[in-house]
This record gives sequence, C-alpha cells and structure tokens, in this order.
Amino acid sequence: MSHSMSTKKVQRLDRVVIRFAGDSGDGMQLTGDRFTSQTALLGNDLSTLPNFPAEIRAPQGTLPGVSSFQLHFADHNVLTPGDAPDVLVAMNPAALKANLRDLPRGATIIVNTDEFTKRNLSKVGYAQSPVDDGSLESYHVHPVALTSIAVEALASFSDLTRKEKERAKNMFALGLLSWLYTRPMEGTEAFLKSKFADNPDILEANLTALHAGFNYGETTEDFAVSYEVAPAAMEPGTYRNVTGNVALSLGLVAAAHRARLPLFLGSYPITPASDILHTLAGLKRYGVATMQAEDEIAGVGAALGASFGGALGVTTTSGPGLALKAETIGLAVSLELPLVVCDIQRGGPSTGLPTKTEQADLLQALFGRNGESPVAVVAPSTPADCFDIAVEAVRIATTYRTPVIVLSDGYLANGSEPWRLPSTAALPDLSVEFASEPNAVNADGAPVFHPYQRDPETLARPWAIPGTAGLEHRIGGIEKADVTGNISYDPDNHDRMTRLRQAKIDGIAATIPPLEVEDPSGEAKVLVVGWGSTYGPIAAAVRLARGAGARVAQAHLRHLNPFPANTGEVLRRYDRVIVPEMNLGQLAMLLRAKYLVDARSHTSVRGLPFQAAELADVISQAVKEASA
Amino acid sequence: MTTDLRMPLHLLPADAESGTGSVPLLEAGQALTKKDFTSDQEVRWCPGCGDYAILAAVQGFLPELGLKRENIVFVSGIGCSSRFPYYLDTYGMHSIHGRAPAIATGLAATREDLSVWVVTGDGDALSIGGNHLIHALRRNVNLTILLFNNEIYGLTKGQYSPTSRVGQVTKSTPLGSLDTPFNPVSLALGAEASFVARTMDSDRQHLTSVLRAAAEHRGSALVEIYQNCPIFNDGVFDVLKDRTQAEARILHLVDGQEVAAGDRVVVRDDRGALSLVPRVEADPSRIVVHDVAAQDPSAAFALSRLDSPDLAHVPMGVFRDVARPTYDDALREQVASARTVEVTDADIDALLAGRDTWTVGG
Ligand code: SF4
Repeated sequence: MSHSMSTKKVQRLDRVVIRFAGDSGDGMQLTGDRFTSQTALLGNDLSTLPNFPAEIRAPQGTLPGVSSFQLHFADHNVLTPGDAPDVLVAMNPAALKANLRDLPRGATIIVNTDEFTKRNLSKVGYAQSPVDDGSLESYHVHPVALTSIAVEALASFSDLTRKEKERAKNMFALGLLSWLYTRPMEGTEAFLKSKFADNPDILEANLTALHAGFNYGETTEDFAVSYEVAPAAMEPGTYRNVTGNVALSLGLVAAAHRARLPLFLGSYPITPASDILHTLAGLKRYGVATMQAEDEIAGVGAALGASFGGALGVTTTSGPGLALKAETIGLAVSLELPLVVCDIQRGGPSTGLPTKTEQADLLQALFGRNGESPVAVVAPSTPADCFDIAVEAVRIATTYRTPVIVLSDGYLANGSEPWRLPSTAALPDLSVEFASEPNAVNADGAPVFHPYQRDPETLARPWAIPGTAGLEHRIGGIEKADVTGNISYDPDNHDRMTRLRQAKIDGIAATIPPLEVEDPSGEAKVLVVGWGSTYGPIAAAVRLARGAGARVAQAHLRHLNPFPANTGEVLRRYDRVIVPEMNLGQLAMLLRAKYLVDARSHTSVRGLPFQAAELADVISQAVKEASA
Repeated sequence: MTTDLRMPLHLLPADAESGTGSVPLLEAGQALTKKDFTSDQEVRWCPGCGDYAILAAVQGFLPELGLKRENIVFVSGIGCSSRFPYYLDTYGMHSIHGRAPAIATGLAATREDLSVWVVTGDGDALSIGGNHLIHALRRNVNLTILLFNNEIYGLTKGQYSPTSRVGQVTKSTPLGSLDTPFNPVSLALGAEASFVARTMDSDRQHLTSVLRAAAEHRGSALVEIYQNCPIFNDGVFDVLKDRTQAEARILHLVDGQEVAAGDRVVVRDDRGALSLVPRVEADPSRIVVHDVAAQDPSAAFALSRLDSPDLAHVPMGVFRDVARPTYDDALREQVASARTVEVTDADIDALLAGRDTWTVGG
C-alpha cells in the first residue's frame, strides 16, 4: 500500500465531523464503521451516529432510501457525534439533498458525480445538478467520479461483472477519506481479508478499490491538502470501540459470569434491539442460551421460567414489546424473581419511528403495569456505559429478586465510542446463594420452607430453585400471604404485601451511589438534570455554555427507580432546574411530583439526539434569567 | 417424605430417550406415595368438579415415575384447572393467562434435570394462549401438557370457550355461540406435535395409562382430558361415561389394534377418508389398524376428524407418539458443544476486548 511520501501539505485539525451518506444499498454503514475503526486505532476520541431508514431497501435513489453514518473525532474528549458535519460524502443526489440542510456554510462536500444523472436528479426534484448550477457556492465541493474511477481501477478483474465492480465504490471512498484524514488502513485490510476469505476475487477487488481511493487523493489536484488529527489524551488503558448494543450484550455475559449463573435470553426480533439477540446468540461458548420466541410475551415468559429454575433470565425489546411484556413483568414482581428486561427505546407511540431514537418509555417502564407493581429502572448514559448498566441491572435483579428494566435507546444502541476495557476480575462479585434448607418450623416443630420470608436487610425473598429437596413450594400471581406464600385474599395482608414490595424497591437506594453534581465554578444557580442517552449532548452543551461564561451545574441520573437517595437535596440546592428530554417531560414530571421542585422541561422528539448548540442556548438563557 | 420399599421401583427406564430420562431418580429402595404429592392446601374446586378426579389420578401416578419429588415442576396458567399446582407438593408456578407453555419452555430449556408439566384449560391453552401452545408443540420442548377441556369458561363464570359447540347458550352467547370450535387433537397434530392423546377425567385407569405414555415421551406431549364442569356445563361428556352408551361411542386407540367401537370399525376408502361401518360389512383389508408411531401425521389427523359434535363417536387414547429431536435437548447440545471448558475471567477479558484494541500508555 502507498504510504509513500506525499508532497502535499498536511494540516493539523483538532476535531472533524464527517457524514457518509448514500443509498441504503451503498454500504455507508460499513464504510462509516471501518473509518471509525481506523480512527479509533489512531487514538482519537470519537462518537458515532448511524441513521438509517426503517425500510430495508427503499426505492433506489430516493430520499426515503438515504442512509447515513456520522462520525465525530478529535484530539480531545468527545461527547457527541457532532451537531453539524464538516464533511459530507454524498454518494448520490438524494444523499446530498437529504443532508445539505445540516451542513454549515464552508463545509466540504464530496459528491459521486457518476450518480448525478438526469434520472437520479429528477427523482429528488433537482431540475439541474446542484454541483453545476452554482447553488453550492458557499461550500467546498469536490466532484469525484467515484463509481467510474473505481470501476476503471478494477479493469483487470475480468471475472467480475460491472455491478460487482461498482459495488466497490464505497471502499474507494473509504480509501480517499483515509488519505484525506491520514488514517491507517491496515485494520480495514484485515477486516476485508476475514470477511471475504472465501471469495478471493471480491477480496482483491475491494483491496484494490481501497488503495485506488487512497492513491487518487494523493495524486489528484482536486485535493491540495490532507489533514491529521492527533490522538486524544485518554486515561491509560486498553481500548476498543463499542456500540451500545454490543456493550450491553457483553455486560450481560460478564455479569452472568460474575454471578456464576447461566444466562438465558428469551427474545423476539424488534428494531433497534435485535442486535443484542444476534450478539448473544453467537456467544454459546460462554454458556449463553438464547431462544427466539414466538412473540414478545413468550420471550419474557421463557426468561422468567429460566429465572425460576435458577438461571439469569433476560429479555430484550423495544417500546411496543415492553407493552406486550407488561403482564409477565407484573408476574415477576409478584413472584419476586430476578429478571432483566432491556428496552431499547425508539420513537413511539405504536410502531412510531422504529429506527429513530427517543426516550419516551420512562413512564411505561415505571408504571406500565396493572396494580402497584414497582420495578427497578436504570438507564445507561453512553454507548460504553451500557456495559456497566447491564452489570448494575444484574446486581439489582439478583440481590433484590426483582425485575429490572434497562432503558437504552436507538442512539446508544447503534452509536459507538471508545471504551476502556474493564478487568473482569475487578467487576463486582455478583455470586448468589440459592436457598438450600428450610427456614422455619411449623406448629409441630417440623422444619418447613417459607418462600416469602424476607431478608431483613434487602427484603428479598429466598431464591429456592427446583431440584432442592425439602423446599418444594408453589408461587403464583395471586396475592400471597406474607412469609408463607400461601394464597391469601386477606385485606390487611394485601396492604402489607403491597407496601413490602414497594419498600423493597425503594430500599435499593441504599446501595446505589449518590447523584453527583458537576459544577466547576461551585457557584452555579442553574442545574441541568438528564437521564439516559442525553448525557453526551447535555455535557457538550454545558461545556459550550460555560465557554461562553455561564455558570451551570450538571447532574445525570442512571437510576430512575429508585432515584439516588440525595436527589431531592441536590435539586433543592439550585434556583432553577432544567430537564432536557427526548420526550414531552417524563422525568421532569417525576421530579416535580416526588420532590416538589420547579423542574422545567426542555423537550424534543425529532427522532434524533439533541444538538449541543441548541441546548447551550437554552442553558445560557436560563442562567441569564436566574441571575437577573 | 420417602418410604422404604422392599424393592427398587424404577418403572421407567433411566435413559435420555425417555421424557424423564435426565431427571434424577430416587435412591434405590426409596419410593414415594400419593400422600407425598399432596400439599397442605385445601382444595377449592366446586363439589363434583372433574378436576378432583384428575388431581387424584396425577397424585396417584407420580410416585410411579420414581423421580425425586423436588425435580418435578407443575406450571399452570389461569382458570379453574390452573389451580392444580397448589395442590401438589412439588415445585409449582401458577402463572398468568395462557403463558404457561412459554414459561415452562424457559424452565425446561435451562434445566434438563426437571420433569416439567403444564396444566391448562380450553380457554387458557386454546384461546388466550393459543400461540404459545402451538409453538411449544412445534418446538417439541420436553413438557407434558395436560389440557383440561370442559368446553366452558369456569373461573369467569360461564362464558363459551373455543371448544364449546356451535349454538351453545352461555352467559355471553344468549342466542347460541356462533363460532366453530377447535378440535384440540387436530390442532396439536397440525402444530407438529410429536405426542397427542385424549382421555377422560372419570376413567382413572385410562387416564393413568395415558399419563404414563405421555411422561415416557421425550418432547411435547399434549394430553386432552375431557373434564366435567358441573356448575356451568354439566354433563357434556355424560354419554361417554355411561357404560352402556360408551361402548358404542368410544373408539379406543390401541397401537397395533383395529380402531373400533362396539360392533363398528373404522375403514379407509380409496381417497384415504375414514368412516365407521358395521364390522360385518367391512372389507377386512380396509379396516384401520392404529399405528401411533407413524411418521406421517395424516393417519392420526384423520382419526382426530372422526369426532362428532354429538359425541356419537369419539376416538380416545394415544393418537400419535413419534420420536423427534426436542428443542431443549438441541439447545443444550449447541451450548455444550460450543463450550469446551469452564469459562474463566481471562476468557471474558478476551471476549470484551474483541479484535480491534489499542492501548494508551500511562
Ligand atoms: S366452575 Fe366448573 S371447572 Fe371450575 S371448579 Fe367449578 S366445577 Fe370445576
């Protein structure tokens, strides 16, 4: 490969936001993924945002068919995938049109001119090519005949059809961008070699196109400068890049390992959660059993059955599936068995926006069941945090014998960031003790087992699994008598059991860390509180606002039920509390109800994460008002 | 809890081909009795309910399996029959409406050392839980499913069920029900069930023999049990219980024997259709000889279609009993063959790291 000395100028940048956009068949997700991987290996900090249509292959060349992948990388700590791209790679007119409004003036656009045909232009309503009519004057446009140059580079591949050669255009684009931003390509070469191990022709074609793209950048006069972004200062350690769904899957496996429990996943395919099923299905080597159930209800039912038998029962879903699982989660509340339910939220209601992000299932998670049915609810704040939150969910579920709902979302699920690898041995010891002998005596003094005799500290009941002699017992969804677990319709007993179940969940607060506030000035009067995936955008916005002189504090909730014990006290310390959410104010409602504070909502449900600049304005405005 | 007998009681072979082949047996010389399977809970079905007889038969039969009691689990849904687990001193779960097969699937898949039973009713299994039932049967999970069919909703006080006969007047169908009922046996066969049988609450001996065959079967075994609900649907099966009438109406399915009721036999015509004709008129070459192990389910299905709504003739016994790989065995096999050694912390570290890592020096 040609890392030969370039005669061109190299300019140093501190950060870049690139968006790859094309038809969903153009391989933009793969291109973005590979570029991300190369960037990660270089040591930049980064954050990614894939954005794809719900249709697998919408009509070619149309706006609904546009798929994109945005990557923000920098020589410093990165919190979001970036508000606006500095560079747009547009593989066709639709990709240009769909993304142009996000580009600030002065941004660079690389267009694949081969696709700017009359027919493709008219598909998206361009009367003439924007590349030629002067409408892109305020951008740096690089027209490149990506497809034909790639095909030309593959001229000697006589066994490949033209279509197959055209398909290599994404590797050509990747090569070109690798040159432009001085990214090493060895990782991608190794990736291609393993992906196309059985198809040497296609492998060679892809490698050739990749290098042709790199060389094109080096030789063409259209690109006068290339760039480099120095590695970011990061905490020492070994890193990998990870998406939220992969981190969540790995967290479940690691936690099950630390709990010494077999992991059983019962799941039904649903966007954007299915990748967890796919990932775990490939990890049988680690003792993981996965079952693709006949429906959402069976998925959680099988998981609960596995938990009854002493496995770590897990189910994964998105909002519509959580609705279907509600009754079974209620049963788990009544049975008081461990169960981990991962809801990878998406736009709702109903089918909503399957591939877009939202965090509007918070109230469903907390309250979406009949009766008083409290469960623990936790939410990861970044893709890598999905690992830690999975471990935490397993800790709570097994310690307190309760369902735990994990609220991730589409943004975390598919977005990625560098993750400093933890050491498995340093993860918390989650080993559980199954009940092994009777815990009471009956009137005759004979030993008996009382399935609802609680641990005085955690209020958890014993986990007595089938196969344990002498502990045979029956449990069910009908109200049970305190201690003995026998069916009971007694009013006082129901009142007591309802309060006990609530007290058990409330008591979890004793084992979760206090809510931390980040306030460098120590004098902020405004607090911004978020939960879940808004962490990055909020932190970036707070950074921007502080840069502009505002004093503002930030706190982020990872535990939504129960809240950390000091939450009320923290909220009351500030004159103003702002709660940005990708819903219509669900956390704000909870905070107001629970702590009687004037928490103010700032909301957006556009299927996309908040833009840091937009949030920074909201924050600065609040700071101004608070100090007025 | 256990009683010493003079001789070991292992009525079923301890092999993996049997439904209970991977469940631990009692120590040699030990045996359990019906009393060991009777819980301390007061039974609360209505007086005269067919469920009592079924409970007694199951409690009487379980000791015969020779299994450790703690390795037996009953999972039920919602309905009168679903109270069953409370009355058995085994592990048990009274779950939610229709979902027992799904819950039992998760349990059976993760615990091969358990004998897992599902108790359900016509509303629970065929209405709200229809999807789970057919998928459990399709997967062939190692479960014994007892479907108590009383052709009515009892617990909700008398609405028609998916097995109620057309025209049945109930609280929710004052002018008669309009929908065609399911034939549970046909449904199960259509869902690829590897074991399907029918029996009746009042015939203890027949019921026990069917339970025995079902427990022996590795895979999903569906047992439809005609059960009388004296409160809301009294006497629907009476003609089958009346000795004089029963003989002419019940087609006993016995492997290797002609399918006959009284003086009539079942014959197969050229197109494969079955009908009942007087034995004296039957062409001996056309008389149907029952073969429970026939791989092709069409013969069993044809037998299941011999039901008539007025119970003029009803096949009883084991319709089909074929060996087929079970889902739970196959799943365990996949996990076991992928997993060669105990997973260590270092293995998990390597898993977390994946293929592309980089190191930042300190
Ligand atoms: S209602 Fe019918 S089925 Fe239910 S317990 Fe009473 S008699 Fe039995």
